[in-house]
Amino acid sequence: MLGILLVCALFALFGLLLGYSAIHFRVEGDPLVEKIDAVLPQTQCGQCGFPGCRPYAEAIAKGEADINRCPPGGEDGVKALAELLGVEAKPLDDAVGGEKPKALAVIDEQKCIGCTLCIQACPVDAILGSAKHMHTVIASECTGCELCVPVCPVDCIAMERVAETLASWKWPQPRSVLP
Amino acid sequence: MLSRFWEFHGGVRLNRHKELSSEQPLAVAPIPKQLIYPLQQRGGLNSKALVAVGDQVLKGQIIAGDDHPLSVPTHAASSGVVTALEYRPVPHPSGLDGLCLVIDTDGLDRAVRTKSVKDFNHSKPDTLRRRIREAGVVGLGGAAFPTATKMNTGNRTIDLLVLNGAECEPYITCDDCLLRTTPDSVLQGAAILMRILGVERCIIAVEEDMPEAAQALEKAKLGGRPPSPPAPSPRFALPDGEGSKGVADATTYSNIEILKVPSKYPTGGEKQLIQVLTGREVPVRGIPADVGVVCQNVGTAAAVYAAVVEGAPLTSRIVTVTGPGVARPQNVVARIGTPIAELVAYCGGYTERAQRLIMGGPMMGLALPSDELPTIKSTNCILVADSDAVGGEKQALPCIRCGACSEACPVNLIPQQLYWHSRSDQLKKAQAYNLFDCIECGCCDYVCPSHIPLVQYFRAAKGRILDKQREQQKADHARLRFEARQARKEREKREKEEAARRKKEALAKAATDESPGRPPPSP
Repeated sequence: MLGILLVCALFALFGLLLGYSAIHFRVEGDPLVEKIDAVLPQTQCGQCGFPGCRPYAEAIAKGEADINRCPPGGEDGVKALAELLGVEAKPLDDAVGGEKPKALAVIDEQKCIGCTLCIQACPVDAILGSAKHMHTVIASECTGCELCVPVCPVDCIAMERVAETLASWKWPQPRSVLP
Repeated sequence: MLSRFWEFHGGVRLNRHKELSSEQPLAVAPIPKQLIYPLQQRGGLNSKALVAVGDQVLKGQIIAGDDHPLSVPTHAASSGVVTALEYRPVPHPSGLDGLCLVIDTDGLDRAVRTKSVKDFNHSKPDTLRRRIREAGVVGLGGAAFPTATKMNTGNRTIDLLVLNGAECEPYITCDDCLLRTTPDSVLQGAAILMRILGVERCIIAVEEDMPEAAQALEKAKLGGRPPSPPAPSPRFALPDGEGSKGVADATTYSNIEILKVPSKYPTGGEKQLIQVLTGREVPVRGIPADVGVVCQNVGTAAAVYAAVVEGAPLTSRIVTVTGPGVARPQNVVARIGTPIAELVAYCGGYTERAQRLIMGGPMMGLALPSDELPTIKSTNCILVADSDAVGGEKQALPCIRCGACSEACPVNLIPQQLYWHSRSDQLKKAQAYNLFDCIECGCCDYVCPSHIPLVQYFRAAKGRILDKQREQQKADHARLRFEARQARKEREKREKEEAARRKKEALAKAATDESPGRPPPSP
């Protein structure tokens, strides 16, 4: 009899403890979404079909989107997501386009008419200018998302490949002929 | 002299080939026709050209510099005219071109007037450090780290200065040659460095098989002409940490010890040498100052002496031109910026055995694509190797897990494990095995029976990790900017709605005020 009472008391105690924890140690937001978002390259380019990196992260967390839909992240990004989520890595989805070398947007300042459309399109405020004045790209802020390219009415924005410099060069992996 | 040393793990004994160049007397190379100065400094920093094409420059004039704390000025090594500021091949493993200043010399060697500090015993450490920076002095052992920055140890307590004369790489004898010819300048440099640090003890370490260098140092130390009349040193009366009040005893060389360390590669590595001399191990990601030691190359000490006492900026250094591919291997005093081809020509030109050109030694040196490249401040050796000298390009075979690399590693790493993880791109695991502690000395490459280019795998993995970190930083920055923009748009939208609502209310109010008792007219 005493044993039963004791067990009941323990149950009640643990129940209260759990209830208390659920209220007081509640985690705000979904930590998985945060983690996935941290892995994504934050170009906010929308190539995945979602309006930005965070919505894509939310979709992955809910299981509504596959992990191979981010071309700027590339194969490395897919690998990192696979590792995070404990699933198999897979090649990039052909539907979203392939991996491209890093590029920055450059405005041909002779042609720019100052329409501000690109400024409105840029997700990270990397384009400087105002109405009827020439615009220019702040190279250090540009993520290379290409969102400014289609909106330009005079086609004066081009994506230029980032050239390798002495500072950015890194040792290549040795050419391996091993099995 | 200490009877025993501490030992570091691993290391290898190498054929030293030092007699090739060390038996010849020191020569002074003539003024080259052209001097070339890459503006790229270590760590991806670029200095700015301070002269324009067409300008006349004098020897010792500052031609490039920058305000960055890790940047030091570059001085012209002879007088002449600046003829180009253009992209040229530079000594860098990438083989990419870098921006270079080119001076056509006029052969007159006219120099700028320089300031010197005759009695450094009464100068403040800060003044001395500033002079060292202005003179463009960097570590001449190979890493070219700005000496003035290294001498600024913050609030760490330093009790020992080590001057590194342990040239452990095969073929290189420039430090040996310096110690044999001008030991005085090294001792004086040591006194200046001790004064800056406020330390009372200095060890000059040379290798066992450099007996002449050790002898020359001992002789200079005994017959040392003190820079100022000996005075009773007040240092013991001073409280600790009073670095600026003459703590270092520079009047005699009595507290400079000259020690011969065992000839094992890589004893000349900074952390290895400190371990051999003191038994102290520099912590992971730490610097020697964390264990109370500052280590400088002996050549750097001589350059410090020249900078402070003679007021001479760093415009020349001793370079060992050696190897089976050179007709007359020897040490030469060469102006920094001299094209390698001119140095080799001065040493009798190439022999038939010349196959590869290396800047530095065979273990850690940098293979050069051509001899049009200039010597830079950190160029200690030009090695013209034949196919034997560097082991050649051997076909790599599979790793057999023999563990020879782990036994040879002076930093106690497990290269075979690092190799698997680096190769398969498991960078986190490679980091967990302390990839970044690898000093790239090449011992593992040397002992590997399968000839696996281990160091290159490690360099590539380090590069990829640093690249990823940079990308992550950029992504985080982009996220911040994106979120700030979203928040701003949200706020603007709210404000617009608010304004519209207020306007509507105002209109409604106006309408009711105008016609009390009647309902507002419909629009």
